[in-house]
Parts: sequence; structure tokens; C-alpha cells
Amino acid sequence: MAVTTASRTRRPLTLGSIVRGAVVGLFVVLMVVFILGPLLWLGVRAFAGNWTFPNLLPDDWTLRWWQVVVNDGALGIAVQNSLFFAPLTVLVSAIICLPAAYAFARFDFPGRRFFLISLFATNAFPKMGLFVTLAALFYALNLMNTVLGILVVHVLGTVVFMTWIPAAAFAAVPRNLEEAARDAGASTLRVFASVTLPMALPGIIVAAVMSFLASFDEAQGTYLVGAPAFMTMPTQMYSLVLNYPTQVAAVFSILLAIPSVALMLAAHKHILGGQLAEGFQIK
Amino acid sequence: MTIHEPLTELPASPTKPGTPASGGGLAIRGLHKVLGGRTIIDNLDLSVKEGELVSLLGPSGCGKTTTLRMIAGFLEPDSGSIEVEGQEVSHLGAENRPSAMVFQNYALWPHMTVAKNVGFPLKLRKMSKAEIKDRVEAVLELVSLLHHRDSKPARISGGEQQRVALARALVQEPKLLLLDEPLSNLDAKLRVKVREDIRKIQQELGITTVIVTHDQEEAMSMSDRIAVMNAGRIEQYSTPEALYARPETEFVATFIGSMNRIEGSLNNGLIATGPDILGIRPEDVILADAPFAGAVPATVERVVPRGHFQEVYVRRADAQLRSFVSGEPMRPGQQLYAGIRKAMTFRDGRLVAEAGASL
Repeated sequence: MAVTTASRTRRPLTLGSIVRGAVVGLFVVLMVVFILGPLLWLGVRAFAGNWTFPNLLPDDWTLRWWQVVVNDGALGIAVQNSLFFAPLTVLVSAIICLPAAYAFARFDFPGRRFFLISLFATNAFPKMGLFVTLAALFYALNLMNTVLGILVVHVLGTVVFMTWIPAAAFAAVPRNLEEAARDAGASTLRVFASVTLPMALPGIIVAAVMSFLASFDEAQGTYLVGAPAFMTMPTQMYSLVLNYPTQVAAVFSILLAIPSVALMLAAHKHILGGQLAEGFQIK
Repeated sequence: MTIHEPLTELPASPTKPGTPASGGGLAIRGLHKVLGGRTIIDNLDLSVKEGELVSLLGPSGCGKTTTLRMIAGFLEPDSGSIEVEGQEVSHLGAENRPSAMVFQNYALWPHMTVAKNVGFPLKLRKMSKAEIKDRVEAVLELVSLLHHRDSKPARISGGEQQRVALARALVQEPKLLLLDEPLSNLDAKLRVKVREDIRKIQQELGITTVIVTHDQEEAMSMSDRIAVMNAGRIEQYSTPEALYARPETEFVATFIGSMNRIEGSLNNGLIATGPDILGIRPEDVILADAPFAGAVPATVERVVPRGHFQEVYVRRADAQLRSFVSGEPMRPGQQLYAGIRKAMTFRDGRLVAEAGASL
């Protein structure tokens, strides 16, 4: 409503402007209720003692739930496991997918489109169905409850990001920048290291961040393949929600969000500060 | 005073492309390239003397850029040889050729500073940091860009980017400098300045240079010789003056400068219908208020002001002619006399005769 009032002072009120104002207002309200609201509730909840129904704020505040999480050995191990698997997944995924991405971007080989599209296969089926069949395979290969098994599950979930985004980034590097380097005397490898890779780096960073987050948040497959030997933070969440007061889950959610948010902020700065954002004109 | 001189048969072209350059320079023989079933370069010969600046001039799609890319090593010819200073290079990759190229859009690496861009070829040659610094500064001085040493390419103007690209090529001390449409991305004023800069530096360093361009003015003003290309072949290879004064083919005559193209032949200063093509330069159409030998009455139809001269369309009984005149502004409807000072006659696209009338 505030939006329509404000618009009245600037220009005559028309039906169009009322509708536009109402839509914007509705959008803002929805954002607040469904995105900011739960986060706010989560933040308050993590520090709440008793919180009885009609009260807008908790009856008392406490750090008890944080102590529970910090002192619980199982949770500590989950944090460790997550921080072990996520970077490793990004690394393995990059080693496997980046050469493929470069090939997709630069070479025209038979079946190129087919392979590119088929990368979506893992995302096209219901995840749980895929993991159940995967588990059957893993039993046969003795990969259940192993680091390698979990790694395979995590890398699978990142293949699409790690191939499509860097492929687009590699393809966006103008060929004559590579030709100029060759003309200057650079070998094929040197051209890649000095020109192609640095110019595609913002895209690769985005892919790495998304892969990290995908691995960090992966729960279903990890639970199926790794539990109970390897519990990561998201899989631990399942048991927390069931076995502890909701406040502990809130604390844990915040902990789970910290690396993601930190990573997003760091990457955001890099990407927006990179040469892609400089508007350098290349035909 | 004779108005019409007898047609004189022209001797065979004195310049023969493909004769091997003595000693240095560039020699191309029998270059052939088919792309996608279409012949792009058709058995092309070209020789460039050491220290000479040659332009490949032609409309888009004539194969001039393809030729340049084959000289640079980005494209492999189907057959033919390319020699730079007597050394056969056609089997070498671009990275091993003694040529350096300036790309049409400059192809500066956006993640490196100006100095890093220029220093990169030297870094690849494993030079010491101190030596790279000295050479980069020397060449940046040459193109007067030393103050932009630490700028990123995106932060400097188009003309400056162009000079960085030139510096990056020159720092390699190439035996052959290749420029692909070097001025096409600059505005008109800057174009004149930069082309003079390039010519000056080229002459100072005495570097053998090949420039690809579609702009005849650019080619005329910079080149020692121009190879006019059409459909994968060289139509004519001569000095700018010769190209304009004695075009060997109708294509060259039309492409270089302006021309009144009229079907027919010249007979006693009058145009008679015929199977040949007449080519009359606008400056060879003489306009005057009073009758003069060879002139016939004409009416001004249209006047296009072109700054220091006017483009005047006049209607005579036999044809409409375009003339370049300076002096008093003309106006449409004005009655005057128009005579033809000189005309070229083309048969099957080739120059067969030149008719001059001393007016």
C-alpha cells in the first residue's frame, strides 16, 4: 500500500500503476514471509530457552544449545567429514570435468551434443531412485560405507555444474586471443595456461562454488551410502531433527549455512571484480 | 587540336606477381585453399620485397584475410609455398613463424596490463626480467604509450589499444609484420592519424609488412604496392598510382576510385552504343560554361556537396555523367558544356584501350 501512496505524489494514479504497485508490494511481502521470515525465526530459535505460543519473542535466552552442539562428539565429526568431502569433491570433479568442458567448448566431435545433454541424466531422475540402484551397484563393488563410494555420489551431483558452466566460459574466450598468444610464440599448453584458463576462471570459480555447495548439502545419497560410518552435516541433521529439541537443529542449520554464505560472499567479490564484469569489448 | 586520339593498344602488364623476391621479403607461390567445397584462394602468387609495405585490397569474401591467416600460420594451405626471407614456413605452426600479426580487434589479453601484453612474447623467449622491461619500454615509447604501461586494455581508448597491439607485434622484431584490417575499428579522424603512424614506424624500422584492408583510401595512402584481390585471385598488383591511372581490369577500375561505367564506346567525344564498357573517371569529365572542343551541351541534374569539391551529375544527349568539380557552386538545371578528357575501354572485363583527348 505504501508503494501506491508514494506513486500518487509523483504522477496521476492510473489503473496500471496501481496494479504495478500491488504486484511489487505482494512480491516484497512474499519475500519477507517465506525467505527472511524463516531465517529470522531460525536465528532467534537458536538462542531461545522456552518459547510459549502467543509470545512474539522467546520467554528466555540461552546459549545452551550451542554448547550441546559443540560438546557433542558426533556433531564435531560430522563437521569434519563435511569439510573433508566438499573440497575433495570439488577437486576430483574439476580434474574430471574441466578437460571435458574444454573439449565440449573447443572441439566438434561426433556425439558432442548427445554427451552434453546426457550430463543432465543424473538430474533428470528422482534422486532417491538413482541412489537406490547406485547402492545395489556399490554393494557388488564393496563401495558401501567407503570414502570412495561417498565421493562418487558427491562428484556425480556436481558433474553438470562442473562441465556446463566452464564449457560456456571456455567457449566465451575469443579465439583470436588464443591465436594472438600462438602468434607470439606460445605452445598449445602455454596458450591454455596464460590466456584461456585465466579468462575462463570466473566461470570456473562459479562452478567450483556451486559444486562445493552441492557436495556440502548432499544428504540423501550420502545417508544411503555412508551412514552410519560416515555422517556429514546434512545427514546428521536428520537424526538431530528426530532426536534433539528443535533449538539444536536451528543451531546446526546456522552452522551449516556459515561456509556456504562465506563462500558465496568471497566468490561474489571475485566474479564481479573480474575482467568479465569490466565490459571489455570483444567481437 | 585533336579531340579524339586513336585508341592505343596497351602493352602487357609489366608487373608480374610471384616473381621471387631477391633475398629477403615474402614470396608466395601457387597458394591454394578450398574451404567447404568453395575455392577461397585460387593458385595465388605474391612477392613482397624486403622493407616493402604491401596491401591486400578487396571486397569482403575475396580471400584477403584467408591469405593473411595462411601467411601467419593459423590456416594450412592445400598447396603452395610461403617463403619468408628465403625460409619455407608453410609447414610451421604460427608459434614458430618469423611473422607477427596485429589482429583486427587487436586481441589484447584483458587480464594483463599493457606492459604484460607487450612483454608476453619476450617472456616466452625466456628473456631476463630486466631485458624484457627495457625492450617493452622502448617499444611503448615508440608508439607513445609509455604512460599507459600499467593500464589494463579495457581502460584505454581504441586507438591506444591498436598501438598496444602494434607494439606487441613489433617487440618480437618480426621478419614480417601482418596487419588484419588495422584501422577498421577506429573513427575516421583517428584512422588517418594511425595509418600515418603505422607507415612512419614501418619505414623507420624497414620492416616487411602485409596489410589486409577493404578500404582503398587506406591502401592507397600507406602502401608501396597494392594487390587488388577478387574471388581468390589477384586482379592487379602495382603501385597505388599505377592502379588508379592504368587499371588492368574493369573490377580494379571500379574498385579503386570512382568511375562512370557506361556500356558503349567513345567516338569523337560522343558515346555510341556498343558491346564494350567505358570507364570514365569523374575528374576526366570536364564542365565549362562556354563551348570547347569535344564538349556537348549538358544540363546539371544533381549536385552533391563533398566538402572541398562537388559531385555533379550532368545529363548529355548520349549519357548521364558524374563529375568532380571545385570552385563556384553549381545548381540543378544549370546549362553548360561537358567533355570527356579520357576514357578506358574494357572488353570481357579487361582493359583493351585507353582513349585520351587533349582538351
